[in-house]
Amino acid sequence: MVHSFEMNGKYIVLDVYSGCVHDVDKLAFDVMNALTPPLAEELSDDILQKLSAEYSADEIREVYTEILALSRAGQLFSEDTYKEMILPSDGELPPVKAMCLHVAHDCNLRCKYCFADDGAYQGSRALMSEEIALGAVDFLVANSANRRNLEIDFFGGEPLMNFGVVKKTVEYARALEKKFDKNFRFTITTNGVLLNDENMKYINENMHNVVLSLDGRKDVNDRVRKTAGGGGSYDLVLKKLLTMAESRNQDNYYVRGTYTAYNLDFAADVLHLADLGFVQTSVEPAVAADDKEYALREEHLPRLFDEYERLAAEYARRMREKDDEFRFFHFMIDLEQGPCVIKRLSGCGAGCEYVAVTPEGDIYPCHQFVGMIEYKIGDIENGIQNEEIRTKLNGCNVYTKDVCSDCFAKFYCGGGCVANAGIYNGDVNVPHKVSCELQKKRVECALYVECARGS
Amino acid sequence: MGHIKTLNSAVLKESASEGGCGECQTSCQSACKTSCTVGNQGCERVQKESK
Repeated sequence: MVHSFEMNGKYIVLDVYSGCVHDVDKLAFDVMNALTPPLAEELSDDILQKLSAEYSADEIREVYTEILALSRAGQLFSEDTYKEMILPSDGELPPVKAMCLHVAHDCNLRCKYCFADDGAYQGSRALMSEEIALGAVDFLVANSANRRNLEIDFFGGEPLMNFGVVKKTVEYARALEKKFDKNFRFTITTNGVLLNDENMKYINENMHNVVLSLDGRKDVNDRVRKTAGGGGSYDLVLKKLLTMAESRNQDNYYVRGTYTAYNLDFAADVLHLADLGFVQTSVEPAVAADDKEYALREEHLPRLFDEYERLAAEYARRMREKDDEFRFFHFMIDLEQGPCVIKRLSGCGAGCEYVAVTPEGDIYPCHQFVGMIEYKIGDIENGIQNEEIRTKLNGCNVYTKDVCSDCFAKFYCGGGCVANAGIYNGDVNVPHKVSCELQKKRVECALYVECARGS
Repeated sequence: MGHIKTLNSAVLKESASEGGCGECQTSCQSACKTSCTVGNQGCERVQKESK
């Protein structure tokens, strides 16, 4: 399968099953689009005739020679040879290796779009006890089999509201590393309100990654990210977030925003974050039911696509001219050293290698499923009890989703977020449509950046 | 003159033979939490070998 597109004056061809990206001229672009595999040694008269208004036969034959060579080398019009790789062989579920630890189902902000229900996750506000937290670490180690790298993300609500338990958890997990031959990597996701010199120092000494929440321009941020008193949070957190980023040498963190129907011009927010001095940026689309005022809907897509393309052009320009360069997570694709194809086809691992644990010790497939009792898969005290859901999620991959079959982006999203599929479509094998469309545009923009940024 | 500039090798096919070790970062542990960003992750094996 080949996906070809034009963006900002660049002609780009992605050979989906090999992963090869080709930066081509208009002639090659037009010839490739006229071809149907398998390719013959000689170009047919039909193709020559079809393109004769724009190109001479010699020009077309010349470019066909290049196309044919790439095809023979497995870099163009390559076939799908991966399906058998991920078919479950013995029904065995993979080890658990990553955990979203909800140390606080409470928050000191009241963000309008919060999928966590302002921290409470459709339940009562609660902080995780030390006993539950350490039990979660034991569960992770006990279920990780031979996986060495284990990940714990301190999440909420706002995890800094329960920082004592965060520290106890880190200390306990570190103490188990040698005994069980494990390597823990910790992440903390915070709104920054409670950051201070002391906890920043601890975070820098112990956390592999930090996710800092801020949406961009002050008016955009403050419209949705509000304090409990109803005021904006931008001025409250900005200086702290910048200090945190600087104190980590602008590495191993993300300033992470959410864009909604309120800021369809979200490229301005990404650039605002970059211009503030954040180097590692990530701004994600809000996913919500259509009846929410802030929800991104299909009617917004053309405008959002324009924004992505505009942002990609400016991003590539800054890289090319080495002018205020920054990194935007959606555009970060390493064409030579990305994840293996097995990972790409298998998806996010929710419910299998990845689980979320609530303050009460309940286990869900991921943070987005928390509070949906029908998706609860067990608890820390008794372990996994609902293997049916895990088995269902484990069997979920790009080959079990109809819309992925002819989609060029499937190796970049792994079939999309299963939680969004389950929550909004009632079926983990039916991806959320707006998310799919945005994902496809993100991938195109990322490939464009690779072509346009220069070496 | 060439009409096609190929940016990378057939990485997916090459990764198929040695992939699937399961040691790499889970996608939602990076920065997204609301979308699936598998393609933006790195390969643990490559990172280890380059150290």
